[in-house]
Amino acid sequence: MSDDTSLNLFQQQEANRRRTVLLVIGFVAFFAWLGFGGDYIYYLSTRDNPTTAYHHVFPWFGIALTVIALLTAWYAYATGPEKVLWSTGARAIVDPTDPQEKQLVNVVEEMAIASGVPRPRIWIVDDPDPNAFATGTDPLHAHVAVTRGLLELCSREELQAVVGHELGHVKNLDVRLMTMLAALVGAVALMHDGATRVLRGGGNLGGGGGGGSRGGGKKGGAGGLLAVLLVVWILSWIVAPIITQILALAVSRKREYLADAMSAQFTRNPLSLASALQKIEGAVAPTAAIKRGAAHLCIADPLGRRLTAHEGFFADALATHPPMAKRIAILRGMGYAQLKKEGGGVA
Amino acid sequence: MGSIIFLVVLVVVVGWVIGAYNGLISLKNQTLNAFKQIDVQLKRRHDLIPNLVNAVKGAMEFERSTLEAVIQARNQAVKVNATGPEGIKQISQAENVLSSALQRLMVVVEQYPQLKATGNIGQLQEELASTENKVAFARQLYNDTATQYNTKQQQFPTNLVAGLAKAQPADLWELEDQAEKTVPQVDLSMKPKV
Repeated sequence: MSDDTSLNLFQQQEANRRRTVLLVIGFVAFFAWLGFGGDYIYYLSTRDNPTTAYHHVFPWFGIALTVIALLTAWYAYATGPEKVLWSTGARAIVDPTDPQEKQLVNVVEEMAIASGVPRPRIWIVDDPDPNAFATGTDPLHAHVAVTRGLLELCSREELQAVVGHELGHVKNLDVRLMTMLAALVGAVALMHDGATRVLRGGGNLGGGGGGGSRGGGKKGGAGGLLAVLLVVWILSWIVAPIITQILALAVSRKREYLADAMSAQFTRNPLSLASALQKIEGAVAPTAAIKRGAAHLCIADPLGRRLTAHEGFFADALATHPPMAKRIAILRGMGYAQLKKEGGGVA
Repeated sequence: MGSIIFLVVLVVVVGWVIGAYNGLISLKNQTLNAFKQIDVQLKRRHDLIPNLVNAVKGAMEFERSTLEAVIQARNQAVKVNATGPEGIKQISQAENVLSSALQRLMVVVEQYPQLKATGNIGQLQEELASTENKVAFARQLYNDTATQYNTKQQQFPTNLVAGLAKAQPADLWELEDQAEKTVPQVDLSMKPKV
């Protein structure tokens, strides 16, 4: 079993590296399209203007937006983990004082040994709802954060299983992809808000452009192309945040099952993760400290959305986390198989 | 034409040999590293035991034999540990004796509520539990990595380059030890007979 999962590990790491690169390329390409597409539309609409009027020849928008996207991606990679931690209000445990924190540090150290990654930095989110997440760009620069509620609620074994789950994400480089995604989703949301304001402010200017395109329409061909381009381009602006959101969802669901399995491999105790998940599920309150942008990083959906409880097309498209009942059932299955193999009775 | 095919086959074969060789070397180093990790955790445990014994000594005068067993097992383990990776069989045996002695001590400590009530012991218990876990997890990681290494070097076709990479099967850390097997019996004897 261990041979199998560790052979897969390299593939998972490779896949995560590749997906992160694809994500960044897609991000930059999307902004390049927004920029250069805008330039081309502007070029078409000013082409037939009299020679004295402005002709948009040099693609300023495209170059500017591509550069902005590249800088954003670089900035997201460099500061993503900090930003995620900052957005949840987590505080680092440097010198643990109370026994609970000391136990957490011990448990994280144990799981770091079991998973064979360096000890990550440990953070606590002062929130009464039990939850946990991991972030970072690679195992050497990884962070594990748990809420105060998790420490209160879970036994030592359960805490261990949850931390094992998070270190599973760290070990197979899920954290890199997921943190990058969180940072880029945030960036897109910000830019979208800004751009919407600019576009709305520039409404009069757009009217002027429309006049130009009507002039081109008389010649046919170019006018039709212009209209189609314009519609697609505007649609791209509108759907940008939705696309990034769906990406964030699609990327995270399968990973939860995988990280559950890795936790079971590290602790050799799948039943304790099952009971931890059950306790987390049973706690009604959503995790107030964790906002939408970082939701897909958590072990359980912090927004408490009911979607997570179902499976099917709708939930598949929109939930960040797989149904808790199914995760628990899979872990129980592992646990009982293990008990059987060891010759113990199933109590 | 023939020479081109020959060249392509040669490149593929050489590429595979390089890949397999590097894979084996990487696993070998991971195995060594995992072994070092056990060593680090065992040292930690050896350093912790004198503190623990001192903390409970006063309150447990009449459990002298349990304490002495721990001290003796610890000293034996420290001595054997100096032999290095070659003596993995002896090391694991000595450590297993120490593990069971410690577990017996922890069971005894559980029976003294006034001992547990002092915060010092609670902390020490947590430390000891954590150290025991760390040793166990380090062993687990070593065994997993070593098994992977052993399987890899014995499987066809990687076994063809095993000699080139000087790959030797790594010894696993013995878990099935007589000393460890007796522990649950000690535990069970405290419960009423069914």
